Amino acid sequence: MQSNGCMNEPDLLFKAIADPSRRKLLDVLHEHDGRTLTELCEHLAMARQSVTQHLGLLESANLVSTQWRGREKLHFLNPVPLQEIYERWIRKFEQPRLKALHRLKQRLESEE
Amino acid sequence: MSKSRFVYVTYIRTTPAKLWEALTTPEFMRQYWFGSIAESRWTAGSPWKLLFEDGTLADTGEIVEAEPGRRLVIRWMNEWKPEIKAEGWSLCTMEIEPVTDVDVPAVKLSITHEIDRAESQFIGAVSGGWPRILSNLKSLLETGAILLNPKKIPG
Repeated sequence: MQSNGCMNEPDLLFKAIADPSRRKLLDVLHEHDGRTLTELCEHLAMARQSVTQHLGLLESANLVSTQWRGREKLHFLNPVPLQEIYERWIRKFEQPRLKALHRLKQRLESEE
Repeated sequence: MSKSRFVYVTYIRTTPAKLWEALTTPEFMRQYWFGSIAESRWTAGSPWKLLFEDGTLADTGEIVEAEPGRRLVIRWMNEWKPEIKAEGWSLCTMEIEPVTDVDVPAVKLSITHEIDRAESQFIGAVSGGWPRILSNLKSLLETGAILLNPKKIPG
């Protein structure tokens, strides 16, 4: 694994989820975890080689973790970096926004 | 055999010894596990239990393997929700590996939690909690490292 990827660099993480096929892969894994490459290929209309590349990028962004079962490599969704995005980019903005919406609602309703 | 399993991974800028301490010390655990603590002697064969913040029993089990700084395996059963307890034993494996090809020393923490049944409610319930716990653990350990070494800037 690449060292830059394993440290969850935000650029790599956002790049990983910027692509619709990769988001589709995350959704497919969310539905059912622990799938082989062959199983994942059934859900995407693209060459096996392309799916491998997408999975490689997801793995280097730490969004997919893998385990070997005999000769089969199983892919698992790893939501931990998504949680970190949430902590860093969503949660802190949630409160002020909800308050702003609440104030807007109050003001609009009081104008009636 | 059908199984339910998840494999969660996080990379933390810390040492295997500090991470082990964080995983096995109640006072440390309370800070990132939403007030819950685990009690055990942390040796193979020892009983293990997880308590909620108010002291009620959340889960019970037994330490299967304990290699400080490397590997912890817990046989784990829910105790607070009858329909989840009915699913029986799960197995939680925590693996700690040093990451050496980076500027700042780091460790890879992998958590594999599995149970021998498909569509497990137990796995569904714990899989929701782990990302938040791991995210907290990472922040706590890395913030600690920043306090010890102010020259290191968090990424």
